[in-house]
Amino acid sequence: MSLIKAESLSVTLGGHKALTNVDMSIDAGEIVTVVGPNGSGKTTLLRALIGAVQPSGGRVTRESGLRIGYVPQSLTIDATLPITVSRFLSLPVRRRAQAVDEALDQAGASGLQSRQMSALSGGQFQRVLLARALLEKPHMLVLDEPTTGLDQPGSAGFYRQIEDLRRDIGCAVLMVSHELHVVMSASDRVICLNGHVCCHGAPDIVASAPEYRALFGSGTGGALALYRHDHDHHHHHDHEHDHA
Amino acid sequence: MTTIIITTMTMSTTMLDDFLIRATLAGLGVALAAAPLGCFVVWRRMAYFGDATAHAAVLGVALSLALSTSIFAGVLVVSLIMALVVSGLSGRTLAMDTMLGVLSHSALALGLVAVSFLQGVRIDLMAYLFGDILAVGRGDLVVIWGGALLVLAMTMLRWQALLTATLNPDLAYAGGLNPKAEQLVLTLSLAIVVAVAIKVVGVLLIAAMLIIPAAGARPLSRTPEGMAVKAAIIGAVSAVLGLQASALYDTPAGPSIVCVAAAIFALSQGVASLRPS
Repeated sequence: MSLIKAESLSVTLGGHKALTNVDMSIDAGEIVTVVGPNGSGKTTLLRALIGAVQPSGGRVTRESGLRIGYVPQSLTIDATLPITVSRFLSLPVRRRAQAVDEALDQAGASGLQSRQMSALSGGQFQRVLLARALLEKPHMLVLDEPTTGLDQPGSAGFYRQIEDLRRDIGCAVLMVSHELHVVMSASDRVICLNGHVCCHGAPDIVASAPEYRALFGSGTGGALALYRHDHDHHHHHDHEHDHA
Repeated sequence: MTTIIITTMTMSTTMLDDFLIRATLAGLGVALAAAPLGCFVVWRRMAYFGDATAHAAVLGVALSLALSTSIFAGVLVVSLIMALVVSGLSGRTLAMDTMLGVLSHSALALGLVAVSFLQGVRIDLMAYLFGDILAVGRGDLVVIWGGALLVLAMTMLRWQALLTATLNPDLAYAGGLNPKAEQLVLTLSLAIVVAVAIKVVGVLLIAAMLIIPAAGARPLSRTPEGMAVKAAIIGAVSAVLGLQASALYDTPAGPSIVCVAAAIFALSQGVASLRPS
């Protein structure tokens, strides 16, 4: 039984068809990564799964009582809004101080309770967002490019934390990532998206699929080559429009 | 000044015959309701939104005079329509500040023109533009405090949800909330505050009562709740001191209240810049 399942999911945003006939599902405890060029509908897919956008076709089925811990792509807290880390973690549900402490420990952000959110570094901020998601006692963590703005060691550390969490609390993880080298090492399954599902499967199978290479380059499938190609999807993007 | 508040509350109703005490109570009611709402206006960058809603109130005044309905009801309905139109238009192609600039000033102009068409009704336009707090009667007090308590109750009941939706709409969705419904709570509250505040500070200065106390509270606060409470205190102090100053120096009451609020704002900014960050 899947935790969450999308069947022929289509989403139209402002007259533009962002997703077409997407079929996917997440099982308990697995790490699934969505990759795809900019504008391929990765964030839209996540938002449709958490219920933030309504599908224009198809449907999303969640296991009853499914708890999702969501880490948004980028969250800017307006400088006019004063808020401490522990107050932030008590939204929208009020949490006991002990639960807040535990979640911060689990997310690798111990001791930040009384800091202002606006005074955190990028890495600390992402870990606080992770702690907030953990307070839901989630069956599934949903992360949208959680390491945007982090340097290489910072993002490597963050993904290690995710793997540890999966081991410790057994939650499934669905994430969007631009960092293909991470995808190759940490995911059980990869979904390659470009408005529709181009291909999906185990990382090594996806890496050798022709659809994937059309998007990310025709390298040897080695992580380094793929990562390098990640930076020039613009011309691949044009190519993909003809194909779609 | 605290003594004034305490004594007004414990005094018998005969004291309500004193126009200055009625004015103070009216000012306090508006300040209390405007404080938490003003914080959301500041956090969500809705300052112009408040202006547009308030400016539409002149049209509401004209309509209620023409139809001989209560001013409060007319202003409430027109402000609510304006607020709904503005929030419905947000996210379209035209930049929000441009859109609000168009709507806000069109509503004000339309209202002024509409008022001029009213034949045979003697209307003191200044009273609606700048407020007429010294003419607050007992019935007005009931309306002002009724509206203020309603707005306070709505913002307090929905506080956690409103705060989450303000931080990030997707966090709200993920938490099972509907940020659009929360936006509606704010829109409705804003229309009510405009309707009750029109007599106290007038159309042109309502947005000031929303924004200035909240902005003054910001440097002194570490949590959203702290900021809302401090904004309420600043608003209340401004109302009391502003009215006293107005009585003492014979200055217009509404603008005097806003001047005190502005002075407190300047003071809190000064304190903040002196403090090591």
